[in-house]
Amino acid sequence: MMNRIAPFALLALAVALYFALPYNLAFLTRILIMAVLVLSLDLVLGFAGIATLGQAAFYGAGAYAAGLFAIHAWADPIAGLVVAGVAGAVLAFISGLIVLRAHGLTLIMLTIAVAAICHEIANKARDVTGGADGLRGIRMEPVLGLFEFDFVGQTGFWYALAVLAAVFTFLTLLTRAPFGLSLRGIHESPERMAAIGTSVYWRRVAAYTLGGAIAGVAGALSAQVTQLVSLESFSFTLSAEALIMLILGGTGRLYGAVLGTLVFMFVHHWAAANDPFNWLFVIGALVLAVVFFLPRGLVAVPTALKRLGGQNAGS
Amino acid sequence: MQGLEVRGLSKKFGGLTVSENIDFDLKPGDRKALIGPNGAGKSTFSNLVTGILPPSSGTIRFDGVDIGKLNEAQRVKRGIAKTFQITTLFRDLTVRENLRLPILERQGRGFAMFRRADGNGETEAEVAALIDAFALEPLADKRVADLAYGQQRLVELALTLALKPRVLILDEPAAGVPSSETHLIVQAIEALPPDLAVLIIEHDMDLVFRVAAQIVVLVQGRILTEGTPQEIAANAQVRDLYLGGHGHD
Amino acid sequence: MTLFLNILVDGVAYGMILFMISVGLSVTMGLMRVVNLAHGGFALLGGTFAHWFAAELGLPFWPALVLAVALTVALSLPLERVIYRRIYGFTDLQQVLATIGLTFLMIASVNLWQGSSLLPVPLLEGLKASVDLGFRTLPAHRLMVIAAGLAVVLGLWWLLERTRFGIRLRAAVDNRGTASAHGINTDRIFMAAFGLGAGLAALGGVLGAEILPIDAYYPLRYMVLFLIVVAVGGMGSIAGSFLAAIGLGLLETAARYLAPDFATILFFALVMALLALRPNGLIVRAQ
Ligand SMILES: Nc1ncnc2c1ncn2[C@@H]1O[C@H](COP(=O)(O)OP(=O)(O)OP(=O)(O)O)[C@@H](O)[C@H]1O
Ligand SMILES: [Mg+2]
Repeated sequence: MMNRIAPFALLALAVALYFALPYNLAFLTRILIMAVLVLSLDLVLGFAGIATLGQAAFYGAGAYAAGLFAIHAWADPIAGLVVAGVAGAVLAFISGLIVLRAHGLTLIMLTIAVAAICHEIANKARDVTGGADGLRGIRMEPVLGLFEFDFVGQTGFWYALAVLAAVFTFLTLLTRAPFGLSLRGIHESPERMAAIGTSVYWRRVAAYTLGGAIAGVAGALSAQVTQLVSLESFSFTLSAEALIMLILGGTGRLYGAVLGTLVFMFVHHWAAANDPFNWLFVIGALVLAVVFFLPRGLVAVPTALKRLGGQNAGS
Repeated sequence: MQGLEVRGLSKKFGGLTVSENIDFDLKPGDRKALIGPNGAGKSTFSNLVTGILPPSSGTIRFDGVDIGKLNEAQRVKRGIAKTFQITTLFRDLTVRENLRLPILERQGRGFAMFRRADGNGETEAEVAALIDAFALEPLADKRVADLAYGQQRLVELALTLALKPRVLILDEPAAGVPSSETHLIVQAIEALPPDLAVLIIEHDMDLVFRVAAQIVVLVQGRILTEGTPQEIAANAQVRDLYLGGHGHD
Repeated sequence: MTLFLNILVDGVAYGMILFMISVGLSVTMGLMRVVNLAHGGFALLGGTFAHWFAAELGLPFWPALVLAVALTVALSLPLERVIYRRIYGFTDLQQVLATIGLTFLMIASVNLWQGSSLLPVPLLEGLKASVDLGFRTLPAHRLMVIAAGLAVVLGLWWLLERTRFGIRLRAAVDNRGTASAHGINTDRIFMAAFGLGAGLAALGGVLGAEILPIDAYYPLRYMVLFLIVVAVGGMGSIAGSFLAAIGLGLLETAARYLAPDFATILFFALVMALLALRPNGLIVRAQ
């Protein structure tokens, strides 16, 4: 039920926010882009059960790929998305071959390490990436040759919303498909999946690669809309925040990822506007609160309330 | 030779020998039971045959082909499947989804990304047939975690059969099932396809004597003796060691 | 030859720092099975307190060091009680999140109190000098770090092999269930081990401030480094942590001297290759 309604409600909310906050389109677009990143994480973590703290590696790879492609080859946005998706996928595939051999802490650590290596490479390859100054000078052509990126960010908003909707639809189909079912199977019982003849390792590599592609698309969106790629794209903080948004919303249900992103970004906006230095207090407390009091995320709140209501009615 | 042919199979964990020089055959249509006290090495033997554990020495042939180098998934594809001693079902999925998964994998559709998992007529027909065969219809759309233990055991059996195995190893199919429900398991085993090769590992002697035509007794990793249920029941050594003596728990 | 000696001295000193900071992490991960990303936070706290005592209150170096370590331990114990004890049974992911949250809180607290700039710990005047070994001179600070590291290794060895606490701790690491069945109070052991680990991290943080400079973002910046030591050494293995820390210290130092531009990349690449070959680390404890 919620699975059917929630995506449309969120879409309607996005449109409503567009009209409600016409001067904050950059912020709203940022939310849409983060939602794509968090969705990629939901595929990898929520469905395939791979605990990663390095999703920024693929986001950054996509961002730099899209930026460099636009500067040196072709400034068409859609082509840039494709290139970035491929870049994210290739990096995820290669690193996944190593990372997914490990488990538990070592796996988590390796995912962090992959992002750290990327960060360092981008930092050192100053001639190509602009190093710590960031990659500048990205000028995009109109989307589909029709819609010019404008100053206020209207095109950017609709463009990002369209990509988010496409990614959401793709993932919805994917999770209902045999592939998605097998990922849930692996998440629940890897031994059993092996016992029914599945190569769990390759299935996970595939999910990780797809997640990398989607994260790459998110990075490309960011590069194209903001016309800037910074080293922060590879940062641990970005990976950690994406993870927090996902857990805040609730894993394994795509709309939870979007909801979590939305709430987190608004809290961030509000807290950072009030006192940027104390933002880390807010996020730290938020994370602890979620882990202890809301382990299944916001999407579980209605069920929890219902159960509470039922108990009260019963007593 | 058709079926499973094990020769000189041994397994050591460090200094501990858990399987020692085991020779064992299982042909299509066989109904064999493997019994023995706790820690005799029964589960280890089944893990060696299914490729979960690598043997220390010995050969395993299936239909005359050496399968010793194949991993678990590859052996499943050849037709060797086992149920687990403790159920490792997909607890958060429904019964139907639990059965759909192995069928999709067997049909090689596991990587399909743009079709609905429940959209294939052939797959769904097989799912329905299994649900029918195990009388699971009323439970088909419940989560496995919400089923009674005996029912979970049935799903476990149905799931393994969904792999269309030619050799089926049942590791304690009745473990943990209340006695009021064991008849369900017995019925399910009796209804298995006649040409399937079945090996049952079980402590419940009533069940063993009802379904097995041949019994192999394993003690401390070695085969003590092998025979029909009558022969085993009459064997004094077995009585001492296992049946009559200190019992199995 | 000089180059070789420099790499050796700097690498071993660096390794000692890594060992002091990481050994507590390894023990708590092996003992409590908790994925603790906040461990570097204790090194940060130690460094911050030392900075405060020495630079702001004007205490001499050694009392500042002792007080900083003591204060960190004193803070870590209630944290173990209130937060860690509750997450022991959680999944890896929840532990990761909770400890990230804790890390953020630690960073924010230091940031609020001391700002986000560098927090140097004034060294003993003597340590700034060089020591003349006759055939060449070495920075006194590095030698002191190495000496302190060796003292910690010996102290830990003595504690674990020769005291009742050590016997119980090892029993609990090897098997929690059996340990508590034998009447060992595992709660107390956990708390003591946690405090010890936090104290050593603080010590490493202060002594290593020359090599890994202290500022509010310290725990995030060096998080991977400490995790790598544990992953390479094998969780719960003190000897493994030591070998890994010294080895990694030498490796990174050599890379810095020989290929400064690619040191970090080289270091990470080698570590990844190693872990691809040995996913459970150098020393795997028997189950
Ligand atoms: N991975 C392992 N490492 C070390 N020893 C093991 C391992 N697995 C099993 N063993 C030992 O091998 C012996 C045989 O175990 P196994 O599980 O095969 O016995 P079993 O006959 O199935 O017993 P049960 O009737 O209790 O199921 C036991 O002593 C067990 O402790
Ligand atoms: Mg067994």
